[in-house]
Amino acid sequence: MDTAETDGPKTEERPKWDNKAQYLLTCIGFAVGLGNVWRFPYLCQIYGGGAFLIPYLIALVFEGLPLLYLELAIGQRLRMGSISVWNSISPYFGGVGVASQAVSFLVGLFYNTILAWVLWYFFHSFQEPLPWSQCPVIEDQTGYVPECEASTPVNYFWYRETLNISPNVETSGSLHWWLVVCLGAAWCIVYICFIRGIETIGKAVYVTATFPYLVLTIFLVRALTLPGATEGLRYLFTPKWEILENPQVWLDAATQIFFSLSLAFGGLIAFSSYNPEKNNCERDAVLVGCINSATSLYASIPIFAILGFKATSNYNSCLESNILALTNKFDIADQNMTIENYDSWMDYLTEMAPEQVAQLHLRECSLQTFLDQSASGTGLAFIVFTEAVIEMPGSQIWAVLFFVMLFSLGLSSMFGNLEGVLTPLLDLNLVPKWMPKELFTGLICLLSFSVALIFTLGSGNYWLEIFNSYVGSIPLLIIAFFEIVAVVFIYGIRRFSSDIEFMTGRRPNLYWRVCWMVISPLMLLVVFVAYIAVQVQSHPTYPAWDPEYEKFPLPWVQPYPDWVIAICVLLAGVPVLPIPLVALYQLVKFLISRQKRGSRHAPNNPYTNQAFEIKKIIITEEQHFLNIKI
Amino acid sequence: MLLALLFIACLPPALSVPTCGKDHNDGYQVRLSIKTALGSDAYAWNPSEMFLFRATLAFAMRKVLQAQPFEVSNIVVCNETQRVSFWFIVTSPDDNTTLIPKATVERAVRESRKRINSAFLLSDKTLEFVGIHPTLATPIQPATPTWLIVFGVVMGAVCAGIVALLLSSFVQKRRRDRRKGQGDKDSGRGVTCDGLEGRDGVYNLSFSDDDRLTKL
Repeated sequence: MDTAETDGPKTEERPKWDNKAQYLLTCIGFAVGLGNVWRFPYLCQIYGGGAFLIPYLIALVFEGLPLLYLELAIGQRLRMGSISVWNSISPYFGGVGVASQAVSFLVGLFYNTILAWVLWYFFHSFQEPLPWSQCPVIEDQTGYVPECEASTPVNYFWYRETLNISPNVETSGSLHWWLVVCLGAAWCIVYICFIRGIETIGKAVYVTATFPYLVLTIFLVRALTLPGATEGLRYLFTPKWEILENPQVWLDAATQIFFSLSLAFGGLIAFSSYNPEKNNCERDAVLVGCINSATSLYASIPIFAILGFKATSNYNSCLESNILALTNKFDIADQNMTIENYDSWMDYLTEMAPEQVAQLHLRECSLQTFLDQSASGTGLAFIVFTEAVIEMPGSQIWAVLFFVMLFSLGLSSMFGNLEGVLTPLLDLNLVPKWMPKELFTGLICLLSFSVALIFTLGSGNYWLEIFNSYVGSIPLLIIAFFEIVAVVFIYGIRRFSSDIEFMTGRRPNLYWRVCWMVISPLMLLVVFVAYIAVQVQSHPTYPAWDPEYEKFPLPWVQPYPDWVIAICVLLAGVPVLPIPLVALYQLVKFLISRQKRGSRHAPNNPYTNQAFEIKKIIITEEQHFLNIKI
Repeated sequence: MLLALLFIACLPPALSVPTCGKDHNDGYQVRLSIKTALGSDAYAWNPSEMFLFRATLAFAMRKVLQAQPFEVSNIVVCNETQRVSFWFIVTSPDDNTTLIPKATVERAVRESRKRINSAFLLSDKTLEFVGIHPTLATPIQPATPTWLIVFGVVMGAVCAGIVALLLSSFVQKRRRDRRKGQGDKDSGRGVTCDGLEGRDGVYNLSFSDDDRLTKL
């Protein structure tokens, strides 16, 4: 395809990766993010362990890899950011690029807020003892803070001391200075990595993309030696095959693969546009996709070993408290009744004095119940995991390592988000000439920081969940669908295959073509429709943390008020609005220009050189004058 | 009659001999969990240990009521079980029949809690005085919260990095501009080039249009 090289900031040529490793690490870092660590293990757990791998791998092969290959290929061939790429393919599809950019911007806002929270926990991990291990005492030192007593110290630290969360989404509260400061730190760190574009990203990514693997391995080794680790692993991987009959499993597998690979953000297109033209992007795509899924699996092993350890500790403490109560009541000698002989003692005592045993109101201790207490997302990292870390000897080191790992994972994904926002702007020459790139990047970071301040309010966590559910889901599915339609049906699969032959040396084989033409668009459509169907079935609700709730510390599940639902719809709809709008605008422009051309019958014919004719007359006169003279 | 009177006279002192136990108002129950606290280093509970307990408690009472010389005999213990738990009451040193009120005993135990614990190598949890809750230790608050220190270190490094990178790119750009400006004037071999700055063209004298119309 004829690409008119826009001259813009390209009086210097387009920046390039220093080497292939940087490019691969950046793509892997973008794809491997927080979701690999805290969403995949959760899905694996609730959807029958090993059985979940089947829909997951099917989704990877038929949806994830084809879309990934498509994005990397068009970016590499057209060598432009997302807006310009789609403009080149067809001006009617320019809106797809704008939509990608909008979604990247919105997702970057809340993603970096999560990183701000990770930073907050990281700063506090240096404290001895860890602040989330004990409840704070009230002033006269006679007891603990009641909110903390009713729930757990870990919950209290997260909801009260970190978020200072308001009881519901309508109460906004005020800006919390400590969160603002952490958010500023997070944006500064992102800025310093982004300051010179891929020159600095390429260096930063050597650390941020590899460090998580190192930490995961350390955790793996440590976690497997903890008591109860095998329980957790067995629980995770025991397949429950009957769960595959539930369509929700397939839907979640497809959405997980899709979001996990960070498709439709425009970041992958931008990264591959800095590649040399003849680069084997097929191998890159397969490599990135498989490494992403392998990382998810690899991360779930230490996570679940540690969760198994936590469940076992909780189970043991439950039994210990029961043992203490029984020992005190029946004056049994100390340590005569232990966890090992608990059952035989219980049988004996219930036989001997059932009413007294009943009076004690012993807790029901079941390992299964503790294992079932799963969590995903921020709940996993900031509540469940931090609780597990307290029990591990040397808890500060583990906490520091864990939060640095989370920060690296999130930072490398932020690079892709920001790249999806900046590269189109730079390519469209919207940046004034006098503004150096550093200043422009700084302004974008400052703007994002200011808008993200809403997440530092009292109700910030509720808003973040809203953004996460509505911005980071439906618009991406729509954008991806239009991407694949644009390339396969508008650009043409034949032309695309020739481009790929030019880049990699051979045409794509049957598998890729079938996926692009039929399977992937169909899957996207089905997933999109099913997703919407599931969403509209019930009024959306959210769990609120309200100490006044009578069943506190259980979360109070409340429905969203109507104005919030309107905002949710806006968040899902406005980013994809450019797609029809730009198409409409281009159509109108085309119709107007055709109409204008039709009204003149001597069109702008480039071959009539009117200037030439005028000149000819002048020379003849002069010549006539000279002739007379001579 | 006299016998009846004698009986009635003897009754009150008999009634007022202090009894300790669960039903008594002024006594406290104590529970020790030695094996839980010390594991394999646990010592056996025997009458000598009980003597130490009574002595420690007498010491605690002396600390609080400094005027009264409490003795080991003033600490009365009963209802000992193999849990290792028992009840105790404290009698006044002046009069064997009066009991020290519960509140005073509690104050004494609270003040000397640490000494009592360390006499038995136990802690607040493993040497339990039922009804006397341990005072919770105030968490140590350093002058600057630790997290601000770490934050300061990280932010300092990041800001220094940003300034360094901005300066270096600014210096690079200036150097590049300077080199570009010099290159126009001197290409290195004494040949100077004039650009077409601001002029529409140069009249080329070697081109003449004399013989535009050739005479056949």
